[in-house]
Amino acid sequence: MNFDLNKKTLREVNQHLQNIDREKNTRKFEILNPQGQHAICAGLKEDIDVTIKGHTGYYCAGMNQKANITVHGNVGTGVAENMMSGKIIVKGNASQSAGATGHGGALIIEGDASSRCGISMKGIDIVVKGSVGHMSAFMAQKGNLVVMGDADADLGDSIYEAKIFVKGKVKSLGSDCVEKKMDQKNIDELTRLFKELNISEDPKKFKRYGSSRNLYNFKIDNVGAY
Amino acid sequence: MCGIVGIYLKTKKYEKHLGKFLSGMLDGMATRGPDSAGFAIYTKENKNIFKYSICLNLISASNFKKKITKFLKKTKLTNYADHVVLETNEKPSKILDLLKNEIPEVSLVGYGKSINIFKQTGNPKDVVKKFKLSSFSGTHGIGHTRMATESAITTQGSHPYSTSEDECLVHNGSLSNHNNVRRSLIKDGQNFNSENDTEVAAGYISNQISKGKDLEKTLKNSLKDLDGFYTFIAGTKDGFALLRDEIACKPAVVAETKDYVAVASEFQAMAHLPNVNSAKIFEPKPGVVYHW
Repeated sequence: MNFDLNKKTLREVNQHLQNIDREKNTRKFEILNPQGQHAICAGLKEDIDVTIKGHTGYYCAGMNQKANITVHGNVGTGVAENMMSGKIIVKGNASQSAGATGHGGALIIEGDASSRCGISMKGIDIVVKGSVGHMSAFMAQKGNLVVMGDADADLGDSIYEAKIFVKGKVKSLGSDCVEKKMDQKNIDELTRLFKELNISEDPKKFKRYGSSRNLYNFKIDNVGAY
Repeated sequence: MCGIVGIYLKTKKYEKHLGKFLSGMLDGMATRGPDSAGFAIYTKENKNIFKYSICLNLISASNFKKKITKFLKKTKLTNYADHVVLETNEKPSKILDLLKNEIPEVSLVGYGKSINIFKQTGNPKDVVKKFKLSSFSGTHGIGHTRMATESAITTQGSHPYSTSEDECLVHNGSLSNHNNVRRSLIKDGQNFNSENDTEVAAGYISNQISKGKDLEKTLKNSLKDLDGFYTFIAGTKDGFALLRDEIACKPAVVAETKDYVAVASEFQAMAHLPNVNSAKIFEPKPGVVYHW
């Protein structure tokens, strides 16, 4: 089923996709002429396939549950923000805060992602085939950020328990983020993730980064301060 | 919020459509700034003629004509809604004093050999219509849609700010040390007409350039001298430069084709440009000066 955003309003299209009739068996949709509009495919909650042909604005596929969404173009700020499950594929570049606060599911960006990719992520898996901008994985709590290109300054600043894997160069690590040993368990985890997402990469080529746990943990030395 | 846009033509192909393109871009950014709008459009430099873009405020165009012709013989006046463009071979030193002392009821928006600059309160969709922006041709232009934060919704509070010949600036963001910077620039001889933070940034750029620094170096220096968050587009007669502060919380996206480079706060402002879907689209990096 096709939707042309030159002919239908975004609200009509989103409402249709948010209220899928389970009796009918239409599970594949295509959106044409997105023209950089905001919140395209926000709040979908059924296991459907949506292809967006063109560039989108802010918060594309935000809060997604179960749906598989592919964008043939670039996406604006906050793609897949607060996503719960499902899979989002961006064929082009992503703007800031891609996958922000995402709880689950997978976000695959085939181009570059800019600043603060994976900010405050809470369980989502984000794979960026290009590079990520500065302060990526800022305060990231859970999940995996996998970068095949380079990472700009202050990677993983104030990170909690999310894992970062980078194949290229890291310009600098943020506060409390350190390089960690890539052991067999991590290689197995990454192998499983790549297999699941149908990505052919050698996990052994990646370095792992994570929290040194000096910033967020309660320290007994500070007890007098409370 | 605020929206900023800019378009630079790399070839002559679209010169006649520049106003139309810029008008569509401002329309597209009305959602980010519904209070006021303004734009600067640059045409080829005429070596001997200066153009002064003047906001008439409350006086009529014919009244202004009567007043100005008392002092200037050879002039050409073109009326655009509540603005006029005065063309003369008289130098800025004379005209600036003349306007300030003899016709203080009008305000000079900007001047130069290449720039036309207009700004007014109201929804951007209405402002571009009023000034008939789509009928303009030119080589490059920048524009702004305003959601006021630092100062009141007035013509003086609208962007672009032009503080020197053929220079202007649009800004999305907010500066926190503008009062201090304004004070030190005033001591250095710079004039200001508003309480607006962006005018300070424009004055800062003009001040540095008047001391012989180039635009790129000036913008680099602004990273340490101007505190706050911002995306700037600074226009000159040759093109424009783009800078985002090092935290980069204010957006910008660039689309480049073989015929043009377009910059906007959001992609939707560029969706109407020719071949934009096959353009090279990227997000400018924080703290890096881009120049076209």
